[in-house]
Amino acid sequence: MAAKTLTIDGKPITAEEGATVLQAADEAGIKIPTLCHLDGVYDVGACRLCLVEVTGVAKLLPACTTRVAEGMEVKTDSERLRKYRRITLELLFAERNHVCAVCVANGHCELQTLAYSQGMDHVRYEYLFPKWGVDTTHRLFGMDHNRCVLCTRCVRVCWHVEGAGTKNVAGRGTRSHIITDLAMPWGESDSCTQCGKCVQACPTGALFHKGSTTGEMERDRGKLEFIVTAREKKQWVTAD
Amino acid sequence: MSRMSPMSPTAKRIVIDPVTRIEGHAKISLFLDDAGNVADAEFHVVEFRGFEKFCEGRPYGEMPGITPRICGICPVSHLLASAKAGDAIMAVNIPPTADKLRRLMNLGQIVQSHALSFFHLSAPDFLLGWETPQPQRNVFGLIGSNKDLARAGIRLRQFGQEIIEILGGQKVHPAWAVPGGVRSGLSPEGRERIRLWLPEAYATTEAALALWKKTMETHQREVQIFGNFPSLFMGLVAEDGTWEHHGGKLRFTDSSGSIIADQLDPQKYYEVIGESVQTSSYLKSPYYLPMGFPAGIYRVGPLARLNVCERMGVPKADAELKLFKKLGRGAVTSSFLYHYARLIEIMASLEYIERYMSDSEIMGDYLRADAGINNLRGVGASEAPRGTLFHDYTVDRNGLLKKVNLIVATGQNNLAMNQTVAQIARHYIKSGAGNGTIPEPLLNRVEHGIRCYDPCLSCSTHAVGQMPMHVQLIAPDGSVVSEVTRG
Ligand code: SF4
Ligand code: SF4
Ligand code: FES
Repeated sequence: MAAKTLTIDGKPITAEEGATVLQAADEAGIKIPTLCHLDGVYDVGACRLCLVEVTGVAKLLPACTTRVAEGMEVKTDSERLRKYRRITLELLFAERNHVCAVCVANGHCELQTLAYSQGMDHVRYEYLFPKWGVDTTHRLFGMDHNRCVLCTRCVRVCWHVEGAGTKNVAGRGTRSHIITDLAMPWGESDSCTQCGKCVQACPTGALFHKGSTTGEMERDRGKLEFIVTAREKKQWVTAD
Repeated sequence: MSRMSPMSPTAKRIVIDPVTRIEGHAKISLFLDDAGNVADAEFHVVEFRGFEKFCEGRPYGEMPGITPRICGICPVSHLLASAKAGDAIMAVNIPPTADKLRRLMNLGQIVQSHALSFFHLSAPDFLLGWETPQPQRNVFGLIGSNKDLARAGIRLRQFGQEIIEILGGQKVHPAWAVPGGVRSGLSPEGRERIRLWLPEAYATTEAALALWKKTMETHQREVQIFGNFPSLFMGLVAEDGTWEHHGGKLRFTDSSGSIIADQLDPQKYYEVIGESVQTSSYLKSPYYLPMGFPAGIYRVGPLARLNVCERMGVPKADAELKLFKKLGRGAVTSSFLYHYARLIEIMASLEYIERYMSDSEIMGDYLRADAGINNLRGVGASEAPRGTLFHDYTVDRNGLLKKVNLIVATGQNNLAMNQTVAQIARHYIKSGAGNGTIPEPLLNRVEHGIRCYDPCLSCSTHAVGQMPMHVQLIAPDGSVVSEVTRG
């Protein structure tokens, strides 16, 4: 495959054709904030936290879904980018009900970590305080819609790693939400294999192991990547 | 107890607001009768009431993380009661190690809370004297006059806090106790730290007890009028009547010391405890149901626990309990003796802590039982330093909360606090108080009457320094006859 040369934050970089700006930056050791991106599944560009500036392009582009091109000049940090990241984060917090102090993910939450790292100390928008419920009908797992950021990581691992196709998105706008099968209680889903990959994938406290209490939801993201890599490289197939 | 005065068209009202050195904002109304004598009193407690509603719809397992935030004064008590309510929903017996660790934490909590109440909040009053001006009558004044005692008291409180921290990780911790047990055990280093500190804690408690006995001699009047009246008492006791703080069953005794109900299952507290909602106060006033309201008024907390139990179960505290029991005919009925009861409970806690230090089971690593939803209602009852605390959760089959009811110590003592304030005020305000001069020492005494109960009001920043007090004399037509503002 042909290699492309580009610069990220002034640093000359070579990346494989078809690679995303996010991958290229990652290989060059440049950290771009992400939320909906998850190693092991394809990207959808849903959260807009990975926005970068590309010289000659007026609008900001998501690094996770933008492919590298020859001669591209990418900027991952600027006043403008920081401003937009803050806005995006504040909107995420305002959209649902996040009470970190009592959340199962407190201390291990990607949203919370992003808020800290981007210096978000308050929310300038009015909170919507939507009324969302908690689904604890499943034997092992729970889903608290109040903490969901609609990154669809759970949906993607469910369809494309596990292949069960249980999780989906329903509704529009602020009423968008994650459903199981045909919007039935999780515990009644026929398709769910109880593998727990969605729980591993979730960046926030929305998906959790039942019985978890404050700050107890620590996830092992490496597991998902391990499964995907092993599958792609046929590491489980014996040689003969 | 009759609530006569506010209804009486000619009643006058004295409002003291807010009370200093009670941990939070409070307000007192004194109701005068037509002759100008204090007929009744009301201590208004402003409580955050949206809480029980807020929890509805949440998984019950989150409660030990949420409820400690109700109250910055006794987070540990809410944590433990909440975890226990969860045990009841799961219908599990928690591992013995977990039970001992929770108990150890509760003992730490009793030590730190009682030390704060005795040394920081109350001792300045009876050691420095009622007439000492406000700015000195606090823990700094105490440091000035009685340096060693004040310092030792502060250290004793730290000892209790240290235990909580060793177990829970930080002073106001996330859910360390959880439905089914606890999240982490006791480390050998932690145990060593506790063990090494014990001798000093004993010495301080013994010194405080000696000091208390002298105080009692010089404060006979306070013993007589600071909330000395008949009432019921309630607390948890073991099966054989020994003092309890985290297990056991409920016992009620009356002021003659007779047991009127015993070994009541806390799971069914609602069969014996009714809750009356006072319109003028935000607090629910629980009462002993079989006797009705307000005849069923009962007290909880250190005084009540010592009245209902037959023995402490540990030698040093038992020797003190014998002396304590001699102070009453039947039950000890003076709320001024809550202070003494606190010291005895500190002593008992130290002795139990010491026992745990050589108990190999407490070092175990099987800490948490697991189970699904087996009961749709679960009650957690635990003795908070200030009195029995109930967490009552009703859940659906998936463990989401449908109803939450909390009964806190300060609520249960509310009626007794009113009576105490009335009794003190009656003694110092005679007819003619309508002229509007309320002497500072009276205010100090009324404050102290409430402080005997160590109520858990919202904020603990008032331990030091002068808070403004506002005293109003209100005429029957609602106009302010005169006003005293302090601070
Ligand atoms: S999901 Fe994250 S941001 Fe939301 S409440 Fe939990 S810890 Fe806070
Ligand atoms: S449940 Fe978690 S993984 Fe799924 S969309 Fe919501 S935040 Fe993302
Ligand atoms: S990580 Fe790129 S849009 Fe979410």
